[in-house]
Amino acid sequence: MSRRLTFRLMVISLALIGVLIAGLRYMETGIPLVPGQEAEVWLVEARVDFIADGGAITASLSLPENPPGFELVDEQAASAGYGFTLLNHNGDRRAEWTKRSANGPQSLYYSAQFIAGDRATEAPGNRMEPRVIPVFWNDAQLTASRELLARARSTSSSATSLARELIKLLNGTPPDQNTALLLSQPGSTAELLMQLLNQAGVPARLVMGLHLEDARRRQRLAPLVEVHNGDDWLLFNPKTGETGVAPTLLLWHQQGKSLLDVTGGRQSSVSFSMIRQTVPARQLALTKNSDTLFSRFGVHRLPIEEQSMFKLLLLLPLGAAVVVFMRVLVGLRTAGTFMPILVSLAFMQTSLLPGLASFISVVTIGLVMRSYLSRLNLLLVARIATLIVLVIFVISLLSVIGYQLGYSTGMVITFFPMIIIAWTIERMSILWEEEGPREVLVQGGGSLAVAVIAYLLMQLPLLQHLSFNFPELNLVLLAVILAMGQYTGYKLSELRRFHAMGDDG
Amino acid sequence: MRPAWLSPRRLREAGVLGMNCRNIEFIGRYNPRSKFPLVDDKLKTKLLAADYAVPTPSLRLVIRQQHEVADIEDMLAGLDSFALKPAKGSGGKGILVIDRRKGSHFIKSSGALIGITDIQRHLSNTLAGLYSLGGVPDVAIVEDLIEFNTCFDGYSHEGVPDIRVIVFRGYPVMAMLRLATHASDGKANLHQGAVGVGLAMDSGRCLNAVQFGETLTRHPDTDRLLGDIVLPQWRDILVLAARCYEMTGLGYMGTDIVLDGSRGPQMLELNARPGLAIQVANGHGLLPRLRHIEQLRERRLTSVDDRVDYATQHFAEGASF
Repeated sequence: MSRRLTFRLMVISLALIGVLIAGLRYMETGIPLVPGQEAEVWLVEARVDFIADGGAITASLSLPENPPGFELVDEQAASAGYGFTLLNHNGDRRAEWTKRSANGPQSLYYSAQFIAGDRATEAPGNRMEPRVIPVFWNDAQLTASRELLARARSTSSSATSLARELIKLLNGTPPDQNTALLLSQPGSTAELLMQLLNQAGVPARLVMGLHLEDARRRQRLAPLVEVHNGDDWLLFNPKTGETGVAPTLLLWHQQGKSLLDVTGGRQSSVSFSMIRQTVPARQLALTKNSDTLFSRFGVHRLPIEEQSMFKLLLLLPLGAAVVVFMRVLVGLRTAGTFMPILVSLAFMQTSLLPGLASFISVVTIGLVMRSYLSRLNLLLVARIATLIVLVIFVISLLSVIGYQLGYSTGMVITFFPMIIIAWTIERMSILWEEEGPREVLVQGGGSLAVAVIAYLLMQLPLLQHLSFNFPELNLVLLAVILAMGQYTGYKLSELRRFHAMGDDG
Repeated sequence: MRPAWLSPRRLREAGVLGMNCRNIEFIGRYNPRSKFPLVDDKLKTKLLAADYAVPTPSLRLVIRQQHEVADIEDMLAGLDSFALKPAKGSGGKGILVIDRRKGSHFIKSSGALIGITDIQRHLSNTLAGLYSLGGVPDVAIVEDLIEFNTCFDGYSHEGVPDIRVIVFRGYPVMAMLRLATHASDGKANLHQGAVGVGLAMDSGRCLNAVQFGETLTRHPDTDRLLGDIVLPQWRDILVLAARCYEMTGLGYMGTDIVLDGSRGPQMLELNARPGLAIQVANGHGLLPRLRHIEQLRERRLTSVDDRVDYATQHFAEGASF
């Protein structure tokens, strides 16, 4: 009996410690308990990778300065052993890392915080005098570009409408001969559009923008084109023809020579990670710079790339608690104990309905294929390996079909853990052969129900906010899981299972 | 009309043992983890049973390696009827029962005709761990078939009926007879549609019978009255079950016993996590009996016979448990 008492005390003290630390953190840092009260802050981290040749290194990265719609609050650079300076030359802001000698793969980090701000602020790049950049084509390209420009010009009246017509022509499917010829040269559509406009005598320039999306890693800049209409620079999306700066678009590189220059290294590239926070910017800045215990051991101290991963990781205990609840208290049968959590994590990336549709279709197609495989008389390991390969084919096929039908959501299936899907298909198929389709539906439905419930909880902004900013609250979840682990009462499903026992006394 | 749901209070009054309670208070407390392999591996169980002179169907072949599968035709040469089982299978999964041969083909207990390649595929799957707990690599065993006992005439469809006895700390506490049906495809698992017949602990007489959780009075395939069932050699069955406690040291287990036509009760397999459906078949909860045994003074009765006597007296039909 006393062992039971210590267990209870432990559970209660775990929960209390969690709440207590969260309370202290709240008082110390002032991070709000509910999300959405404050302006959003975007933490963006640029990571420059290259391979050093052994000599002196100079790496310089173009930086945004008051990009339209955002305000730069704070910036830092982190790179071991490198000298770091911020240079500003005629509105061209650059970060420069220098080192006497380095060898092998190098990673340099620059991170900055932006607050969504006034959209009307004038970007310094806009003050730049519009200027037509000379374009050089070879003969064939020259003819093709003239042809294309003539067609666009005949249906337009101004610089902006010319740009719009050109975008339409460049994105026409199938592209006509002239467009195809021009597109076959190296470089993006944006670059081609910029060149065509300059050839027509309209000042245009290439800019690089970053699409902000919460908890994304390894993102690249998207090339866009700015066109001068006589008074102002206007931003065009070279794929869709949309004008203006979208609220989630951060203009990173507006002018100047290049985005990234590395001397003394090769294979250089830059990628971006970002994360959205609902913490007041100034408080965050304070927290970062102060030396309290909480700021030292907060998740906020990690590089942003890791932070976005933690955002997902810290939600996992919630999913685990849902699985325990559904299996111990409700008595739902699932295929594979924690498979539903992995599926619900995939739902977090894909959003619910496309995720459900693609999961069900992949598993169904997989089951059909598996029924053929069972006739081939394969060894188990080989059969599952075959299934993994087939699942990858199915997923690629569905992605391509989805893309052709115009759903970019076709791609979402790639978020599902392939190996788990292959095992699920194998288990389901064995279940089908031995227990019949009813059991497959029961267990498959049970797994999906748990996955959906876990997803619905994990996507609540409040729970996301709490689990990330107050990670110690997961101790409370741990206490709940422990308590459920000692539950000896009936499951909900047993109330029905033993209903025949109501006959006697 | 009986309600489709019972309140937790009614279940507690009926003394029903729930799965959470079974796992924590009985399996967790009385079954040492180290003893599980003895019963999870049928081959180990059989070898152990031989040590303790517990009768089991005789072991004919053990297939451990994939390369042996190619020679299986020669190895089976002298056997016309046999049962092929995965050593670590659970819930009757992967058991292949061959009744007789017809030319180069084998006839399953269900009457289906299969060739040697089907048997080889089944063996490969078994060795790769398809039927084993947790999918670990396994071995396959071939043993003699049970001779059908005439006392079950008309009570079974295809399969041999088996008797499940729950043994708690060496005392048999509850028993049921499992009859395969057409719906269960010859298998003796209740959730697959086999008929479960609760048995009185003193006489081996039928108390109650269920299929798919519903009470019934006649066998669904043969229409025989289930209430007429009285098991012969009842005391021998209980003694055999109780002896398995000394053999394994598991405090809470299910023993599966069959009545062979000529050799009498045979232990088929043991289960360290026996199911709960036996309560529905008996119309009685397990909990009062388990609690009663639990509060008995340790080692007051040590011999198998004493324990069986105790169980037949205290858990008899009409007794308070």
